Amino acid sequence: MFDWILNLFHSLPTVMQILIGIQLIIIPLMLGVAYLTFAERKIIGYIQVRVGPNRVGPRGWLQPIADALKLLMKEVIVPSNANRFLFFSAPVLTIAPALAAWAVIPFFEGGALADVNAGLLYLLALTSLGAYGIIIAGWASNSKYALMGSLRSAAQLVSYEIAMGFALVGVLMAAGSMNVGDIVQAQSGSVYHWFLLPLLPLFFVYFISGVAETNRAPFDVAEGESEIVAGFHVEYSGMAFAVFFLAEYANMILISALTAVLFLGGWLSPFQGILPAAMFDWPVIGTLLGDGLHWFLIKTALFLFIFLWLRATFPRYRYDQIMRLGWKVLIPVTIVWLFVLGVFVAFDVGPWFA
Amino acid sequence: MTFELFLFYLFGAILLGAALAMISVRNPVHAALFLVVCFVSAAALWLMAEAEFLGLVLVLVYVGAVMVLFLFVVMMLDINIARLREGFSEYLPVGLVVAAAMATVLVLVITRYITMDAPERAGPEYANTEALGAVLYTEYVYPFEIAAVILLVAIIAAISLTMRRRPDNKRIDPARQIEVSREGRVRMVSMKSEDKARRARGAERDDDPNQE
Repeated sequence: MFDWILNLFHSLPTVMQILIGIQLIIIPLMLGVAYLTFAERKIIGYIQVRVGPNRVGPRGWLQPIADALKLLMKEVIVPSNANRFLFFSAPVLTIAPALAAWAVIPFFEGGALADVNAGLLYLLALTSLGAYGIIIAGWASNSKYALMGSLRSAAQLVSYEIAMGFALVGVLMAAGSMNVGDIVQAQSGSVYHWFLLPLLPLFFVYFISGVAETNRAPFDVAEGESEIVAGFHVEYSGMAFAVFFLAEYANMILISALTAVLFLGGWLSPFQGILPAAMFDWPVIGTLLGDGLHWFLIKTALFLFIFLWLRATFPRYRYDQIMRLGWKVLIPVTIVWLFVLGVFVAFDVGPWFA
Repeated sequence: MTFELFLFYLFGAILLGAALAMISVRNPVHAALFLVVCFVSAAALWLMAEAEFLGLVLVLVYVGAVMVLFLFVVMMLDINIARLREGFSEYLPVGLVVAAAMATVLVLVITRYITMDAPERAGPEYANTEALGAVLYTEYVYPFEIAAVILLVAIIAAISLTMRRRPDNKRIDPARQIEVSREGRVRMVSMKSEDKARRARGAERDDDPNQE
């Protein structure tokens, strides 16, 4: 059965194969985004000793569908004297990089849509493009609050991109490759071979800058509702707003997936090299314990949970302290650790660089 | 026409169109955005020439950082477009002469001296980033490091020229904030309990401090 589908897939022309591959990534991703919003409301609800949404469908499971329908039905209002073209291209510019970046993510061995040599560089370049949607949204809205929000977010994105880039330099030093699939392969062996341990400071820097890059709490000054109403998307309503919302959550999933791939060995099983090799040949348990897509999803879900946990726990950073954390704490940490890594690589330390 | 050639002309046309629009549109924010389009299509052309490192770094550095700051500044400034456009027709002849000279030189160089065949495709195994790194850190290591030091000096110079300590700045030192202890903020006062009548009178007085 499965072989038959695979044979049919390979007999299609290349363009069709790529298009089907894109659908296979985008549709689960969009469903994931929808249910991530539901998970967020439920998890934060339970953290705050509430129940969260539980009215629509059994246990509230249809809530995201209802939300999407509501946003689709709402009128999209264009502010007076706003630049129409830029006003509507801003949400598209926000979501396009968030989706395009998935092209190089390996879901399982050889399971990336595009096996690109400079995958890491591609990811960095695309995540840096996300700033345009926010800046253009702020400017094209013809609103002071929106402009303030977009200026804040532009400064924040540019600052944290540097720390993020340096953290990725550490990953590529350790892996010796910019191909994302090869980076995962370089971590195979056992749990101790994952880059989490040798790159621990860079892991923290990467995840913190990731939270800042996605404009999530506690770094959400771009939409700080106590000061600037809703920040850059204050003038957006209906579907135009929904696209910003989708992009934010798609970016969250992307950062979580990337952290899992770069530091936690992506699709690699944590039991690899610990359990006897014969166990992985057992019929069902072997597949569950062995490497595969499910480990990638579990690790991604873990980081998504941390995103929500952070939001429920920390108060919002003050703007000057965000800048201080980015420039005076995270960047020096990464630079020091790059030197340490250089020493590690030069002297073949541990199981990682031998 | 192969698909690749079609892409080349498509991106080339976008690049030229956006470059023309950049110097001709009235709104400075639109001009900056057209420059971004220029950079992105130039990056696409570089990718097609198998220079993926240059293409991606162009997007990463110029589009992702430099142009964001550019937009940041342009959006904040209140630029008087009318004054910027003053004397446009006055300088137009000079500009046209310079442009014509540049175009002539370019056409002459490209048609006469560059008779290069299309370079061979390097194949999927070739990594432009690795190849660039290999020469940059071996053959050209001194020029590369000197350039790095010059950039560092430029950063330090820019910071030291623009940094000034403002006396009215209300910035709080985070180290001092963390060191705050309960003893420094709260004073415990032990006092005797008061009788009811006095407290009622005291409460009245507290309501309006200007009464007395």
